[in-house]
Amino acid sequence: MDAKRWIQLTVNGEEHEVYVEPRRRLLDVLREDLGLTGTKEGCGTGDCGACTVILDGRLVNACLVFAISANGKSVETVEGLATDHLHPIQEAFIQHGGLQCGICTPGFLMSAKHLLNSNPNPTLDEVRFGLAGNLCRCTGYTKIYEAVLAAAKNMREET
Amino acid sequence: MKNFEYFAPETTEEAIRLLDEHGEAAKPLAGGTDLLIFMRDQKITPDVIVDLKGINALSGIEELPDGSVQFGSLTPMQDLAVHPMMRERYPHFISSIREVGSIQVRNLATVGGNICNASPAADTPPTLLTLNAQVRLAGPRGERVIPLREFFVGPGQTALERDEVLTHVILPSPQPRSGGCYIKLANRQAMDIAFVGVSSYVVLDEDHTVVDARIALGAVAPTPLRVDAAETILQGQQLTKEVLSEAGEAAEAASRPITDHRASVEYRRMMVKVLTRRAVLRAAEKARNGNGR
Ligand code: FES
Ligand code: FES
Repeated sequence: MDAKRWIQLTVNGEEHEVYVEPRRRLLDVLREDLGLTGTKEGCGTGDCGACTVILDGRLVNACLVFAISANGKSVETVEGLATDHLHPIQEAFIQHGGLQCGICTPGFLMSAKHLLNSNPNPTLDEVRFGLAGNLCRCTGYTKIYEAVLAAAKNMREET
Repeated sequence: MKNFEYFAPETTEEAIRLLDEHGEAAKPLAGGTDLLIFMRDQKITPDVIVDLKGINALSGIEELPDGSVQFGSLTPMQDLAVHPMMRERYPHFISSIREVGSIQVRNLATVGGNICNASPAADTPPTLLTLNAQVRLAGPRGERVIPLREFFVGPGQTALERDEVLTHVILPSPQPRSGGCYIKLANRQAMDIAFVGVSSYVVLDEDHTVVDARIALGAVAPTPLRVDAAETILQGQQLTKEVLSEAGEAAEAASRPITDHRASVEYRRMMVKVLTRRAVLRAAEKARNGNGR
């Protein structure tokens, strides 16, 4: 059975055509076909959030989506965050020590971005709730929350 | 993961035709938050996937002329969770939804999928049962609407025929002086599967006598379960300690849990009793305060 299909994905604003088997997940296509290895695989079962991306404006686990189901949609990954310089959320993670090994970081950054898009001035509780789908095994959460709160503040002051 | 052929119909009719045509080989795909994992682990190996997410008619929330609310089975859980009317009218349903996974998962997961998977431990079915939810099923022989309580047959087994699609869930409008509560017991506070779930819905009269009580259990029987015996005990009563205990015992007696790696039979049964009492009490509190049905 050759069930392969051409699909079209807009990733970080750039259009891509990819020829995929239906069984391949969005996570696989991002990492293997498009070389965007910033999006990580932790569990592969929707539990850890390391694969978090923004799909047509929605925060989702890329390990739970078939790439073919995302045909025609637009995806934001961690690679799209920095422009000439790092994104304020990335800066804040560095400044506040919000990472150690870093495997969870891309997912946290995407969840934080999504949270601050809709809520530029979150309380600590709202940050915790917004990041509840992301697990970190080394940094602990306090520094991550501090980083997100600091980023929120910086972003508010910038605009 | 085994390869498969993929279809993304745009209408329910087309989906039904595809499911009919491919029979046993086909599997409908809703949010995918369970199915993708089952497929990855080769627990389910369909030859054909019929992706329902592209069918616009299966998403959305609307109020029907009789005051009930109908939502599409494919509406992402997150959309329901943030919908002002849903939050206002069915708060304990919304809190049940918020027990499911994370924002990332709820943006994909659907109530239709949660129901059709028929996991005995799913978070939304007990609460939907207490709301007297109905489900709309469409198939080649037409459409039928059945009460959700007739839908669950066994673990993973439902009244849905292979070529049918669950298109909508209908929730009757909540009554005045009513309150609901869902209590989930799991090892972790988030991202975990219930080992006991109890949902309650209570309607009181002006003297706080129970006019209607509904109790449903999750994770303690082959299907999500309404416990009529406990409900009858509460009917027409003041919620005294004795009445509540009796209802808790009736719920415990109706439960048929198993022992697995999450919890033992003994512990589950004991918790059914305790949580039934607690869930009824909390629902009644909300009914009295008029701040949460
Ligand atoms: S890899 Fe997707 S949630 Fe863990
Ligand atoms: S920094 Fe290592 S898992 Fe979070």
